[in-house]
Amino acid sequence: MRVIVMVKANKESEAGVMPDEKMLTEMGKFNEELVKAGIMLAGEGLQPSSKGARVNFSGSKRTVVDGPFTEAKELVAGFWIWQVKSLDEAIEWAKRCPNPFPEGESELEIRPVFEAEDFGAEFTPELREQEERLRQQIAAQQ
Amino acid sequence: MSAHSDTHRAIDAVWRIESAKLIAGLARIVRDVGVAEELAQDALLVALERWPESGVPDNPGAWLMATAKHRAIDHVRRDKRLAYKHEEIAREIEAQRDTGVDDLDAALDDQVGDDLLRLVFTTCHPVLSTEARVALTLRLLGGLTTVEIARAFLVPEPTIAQRIVRAKRTLTEAHVPFEVPRGAELADRLASVLEVVYLIFNEGYTATSGDAWVRPTLCEDALRLGRILAELMPNESEVHGLVALMEIQTSRLRARVDARGKPVPLLEQNRARWDHVLVHRGLAALARAEALGEALGPYALQAAIAACHARARTREDTDWTRIAALYDALSQVAPSPIVELNRAVAVAMAFGPAAGLEIVDALVSEPLLASYHLLPAVRGDFLVKLGRFDEARAELERAASLTRNDRERELLLERAASCRRSVAGAP
Repeated sequence: MRVIVMVKANKESEAGVMPDEKMLTEMGKFNEELVKAGIMLAGEGLQPSSKGARVNFSGSKRTVVDGPFTEAKELVAGFWIWQVKSLDEAIEWAKRCPNPFPEGESELEIRPVFEAEDFGAEFTPELREQEERLRQQIAAQQ
Repeated sequence: MSAHSDTHRAIDAVWRIESAKLIAGLARIVRDVGVAEELAQDALLVALERWPESGVPDNPGAWLMATAKHRAIDHVRRDKRLAYKHEEIAREIEAQRDTGVDDLDAALDDQVGDDLLRLVFTTCHPVLSTEARVALTLRLLGGLTTVEIARAFLVPEPTIAQRIVRAKRTLTEAHVPFEVPRGAELADRLASVLEVVYLIFNEGYTATSGDAWVRPTLCEDALRLGRILAELMPNESEVHGLVALMEIQTSRLRARVDARGKPVPLLEQNRARWDHVLVHRGLAALARAEALGEALGPYALQAAIAACHARARTREDTDWTRIAALYDALSQVAPSPIVELNRAVAVAMAFGPAAGLEIVDALVSEPLLASYHLLPAVRGDFLVKLGRFDEARAELERAASLTRNDRERELLLERAASCRRSVAGAP
């Protein structure tokens, strides 16, 4: 399964305070562990909401609102996409993450991505043909 | 949810993350993956006993390793061949106590990588049957339980359990050394490792039947193993090639069937449904393979072909000239009639049906393809395009008689019928 892990924003991240060298090193090490374990698909840090914008919808009306936005806790400062076996595995990895804001409170939110049901129709007899083909190809390449 | 079962789920997750490193580290000490796995399991049992009371320790991996190493010492004491190891382990445990966990992590990082590599080459050792390699690799490196492996391969659990027990015994009896092969041996042995990973992948990718949930997870397991290997062997171009191939193939899983469950051929797939995170990762892995500067091997070439499709925004954008050239290279390093047939299709797309027909005509007497419906289907298609409808009809009908796929048979017979009309209507 795939999960998205969101690092929640706080006052510092919203103020554009960059992480110090120690944090960058520790986070770098953690990212390296994720890559070595083969679970990290993607990950990015986000600029403060003051650099962003929102598009609000109301019926057929669209309104653009420039940042910053209030309620730092509800904003996202960064994210990863992980490929894990279970939510528990994601939790175990998240616990190993260095505190993103060592001086204060931080939160990682883990949300599974919809995907399994997309595979539901995958297992049709028609695909046997393709399997046959692949097997022959493998056999022929031995 | 009780605290007790929460802890058990946490222990499962810790095991999933730590077991391969644990077993690999222990195998270096006791020189036997079977014994190493038992020691690791023993440590897990201790954790299951204690953690529900004490809570999961801050560094559960180190805790499990320390516990297992103490047991390893007892084992080594009993085994005279390993007597010299005794002091070494004692030193390691001592070092772990004296050093800060962070320093130790850094110092042990290389060691862990080396141990994992040794474990991969051991579970994929040619002394084992392919089936045994697959099961043992998933169990010891993938951290899958016997039940999970059995479910994934649709065989009874005792069969897999037996297979794993026998595999471990075979490794012991054959005195397979716990090491990474060197020099000339490395290439062959690496091929065996990559073959195991790709077999696991294909088992998931081309699932024949069974639980829809389970099979794609085999693709994920294989991808995870491949990505781990790529980190362990960053200078092996074929490892990156295999990862690239698997990432790009997986990116198409969602687009491979339509809403009614019918398979959709590559060129007709809705490219918006491709998983672009995986496409991007696949292209990056291929770039790493190419950056190593060696001639590309079979996996990297297949990945490069897949990448041509992945890069094309529409089917009309497909770079068939490049695909034809890549198939040409593939037929040099991994010649097979199937590759040749694919090459014919690419050449026809790039340079016209006559050029493709020339290649296919050379395959007509190939025994491996004697009952392969795609040979007459492809040949028939070229003949139609060349306006040779009589010959085309015969080939399409032959293809229809060979396919076991009802829908495909229907399509082939329709095309054959339209050939007959074209002949009748011809001036």
